[in-house]
Amino acid sequence: MKPETVNKLKISANAAKYDVSCASSGSNRPNNGKGLGNTNPWGICHSFTEDGRCISLLKLMLTNYCIYDCAYCINRKSNDIRRTTFSVKEVVDLTIEFYRRNYIEGLFLSSGIIKNPDYTMERMVSVAKDLRLKQNYNGYIHLKSIPGSSDELQQQAGLYADRLSVNIEIASESNLKMIAPDKSFASILNPMNTIKNKIIENKEERRKFRHAPRFSPAGQSTQLIVGATPDSDQRILNLAGNLYNSKNLKRVYYSGYIPVNNYDKRLPALNEPPLKRENRLYQADWLFRFYHFSINEIVNDDHPDLDLEIDPKLSYALRNPWLFPVDINKANYETILRVPGIGVLSAKKIILGRKYSKLNLSNLKKIGVVLKRAKYFITCNELKAPTINELLPENVRKIFLNENKPAKQFKKSFYKQLSLFPVN
Amino acid sequence: MNLFIYDQTFEGLLTAIHDAIDLNIKPDKIISTKFFQDDLFATKYDIVTDSDKFDKIWNQIKEKSNEQNCQRIFKAYLSETSDIEMIIYNYIKLIIDTPYNVEVNFSEDSVIKINNIQKKIGREAQRVLMFVRFQKTVDDIYYASFDPKYNVIPLTVAHFRNRFADQKWVIFDTRRKFGYYYDLKNVREITIGNQKVNFESGKVDNDVLHVSEKLFQKLWKGYYDTINIKERKNIKVHMQFLPKRFWKYLPEKDFKNTLVMS
Repeated sequence: MKPETVNKLKISANAAKYDVSCASSGSNRPNNGKGLGNTNPWGICHSFTEDGRCISLLKLMLTNYCIYDCAYCINRKSNDIRRTTFSVKEVVDLTIEFYRRNYIEGLFLSSGIIKNPDYTMERMVSVAKDLRLKQNYNGYIHLKSIPGSSDELQQQAGLYADRLSVNIEIASESNLKMIAPDKSFASILNPMNTIKNKIIENKEERRKFRHAPRFSPAGQSTQLIVGATPDSDQRILNLAGNLYNSKNLKRVYYSGYIPVNNYDKRLPALNEPPLKRENRLYQADWLFRFYHFSINEIVNDDHPDLDLEIDPKLSYALRNPWLFPVDINKANYETILRVPGIGVLSAKKIILGRKYSKLNLSNLKKIGVVLKRAKYFITCNELKAPTINELLPENVRKIFLNENKPAKQFKKSFYKQLSLFPVN
Repeated sequence: MNLFIYDQTFEGLLTAIHDAIDLNIKPDKIISTKFFQDDLFATKYDIVTDSDKFDKIWNQIKEKSNEQNCQRIFKAYLSETSDIEMIIYNYIKLIIDTPYNVEVNFSEDSVIKINNIQKKIGREAQRVLMFVRFQKTVDDIYYASFDPKYNVIPLTVAHFRNRFADQKWVIFDTRRKFGYYYDLKNVREITIGNQKVNFESGKVDNDVLHVSEKLFQKLWKGYYDTINIKERKNIKVHMQFLPKRFWKYLPEKDFKNTLVMS
């Protein structure tokens, strides 16, 4: 390892940082015998940057040269930036040394396209292969699949990696064509399909032969950029829902668009990245995956965009006041999950706890329910209090909005420290 | 007032609880010899740790609920909070007095209390897994200092042993002055006597540091600084996830490193 690697690493990290995926979960590869590393099924974060994101994996670009010219990407070929290429050995060494010091949970490797997809993919696969076979490394590996590379390489990648991903980036085909002319939906969805089929095939195989090698045990994921094109939240979430259902994706990541190429007039000029919207999309994604909501209940033709002021669960409750109040001591699990202020854990504890005695507000508070929110939507073993139906949804909305307001900023000039010895 | 005095071990605590239940005396306080201060008006019971009594209580809990519940009580004990003895007493008394498995009865106060304490312990143990940083020394031992709020290092040893099976490592608890050393075969409990480690900064002296160590710390720090997206700056969340008390042992948060580099 040479000192100039410091600069190489910086260039590469700078090129890779806009990929948001950093999960190290979903795989439980054991440390076979006396090797290095294992993976933790829940994932472990190892540090946090000042933007509040976690660092779990060493995110690297094998190279940031690219033959494509996608408008949203910092590494597009028409950008005049510093470029660098890692050798396979350099990436392997960095990963191993960082891993041994407990800096990281594994490697996330992507690459710009050089020469052709197959050539690029082959180099990425050889990094994973070296780590697994030569270094006896069993930590996490996430490989970005290169669209258009051969099935054989995808197969090899899946055998060495824990997770594969292909990024869709733009939620509608026409917009994708406009800002990334080298890409098409087909070129992205095809590898996704290949990976999905291989995972299913592999699962069946492992049912028959217990020691058959695993194929991408942590599944596959993708990423969508939010705010670079005029796609509505309904379109984005429907696409995500379809991917979860038909492509068996483990995660869809949403990335608020950061204007890296300001000169490109096909993209909107933003003062700051749409972070609130990104946050709401993740909340909606959670509702779909863990709270038994359907996409249609969260966004539909009447409400194509998520409410930025309040979270999607609360906004669903305010739109459907006739579903409330819910009786905590009688309602079933799915109904309790829909109450704002009650999460998956609290709902499970309620179901368990109410077998023994009727629950009242103080029980709920200790269980971990956010009563500030939930109190308008529930009845329990307690005197009746005004609920959403008596107060009306628009008033409840006002209450929540006022609570979230920051305290009034006092004017510095107005409140002045008094002097003990007034001069005048 | 009934005062039970035990020897600060987990076995001693369960012996004390066994005796209290056996003698049918409700303790007002169970206290370890370390924190004991003489109290003129209290009836004092000096507990002699007895592994048979410990086993009896342990098995009784296991029968009434399950092994997991025993572990939960042990984890709660590791919290070392001031009134943990009475919380554990109340919980065990509840388990033994209730005809059914009380473990998931979340309308009971002591069930919720034990669960909350255990959650805190779990979180602190998780943070050890997250924020431990090894420094490679000349004799190829990877050394790390840590300063956990609760006594959670014992809970994390299995993880590090599985993960770093092919390297020698030391994890040292600077607050409680003990640690673990893995020599490629076994994990041993150790204390450190020499002056080569600064407990305050957690750093190993330069002359015993491996030649490559500084370079990798620099590489890591450089990576950490570049991977940050400036447009998304969010210090509030950053501080929430990475509280300042962990910074001293993290090379990426080392201010001196920044000065050297610039």
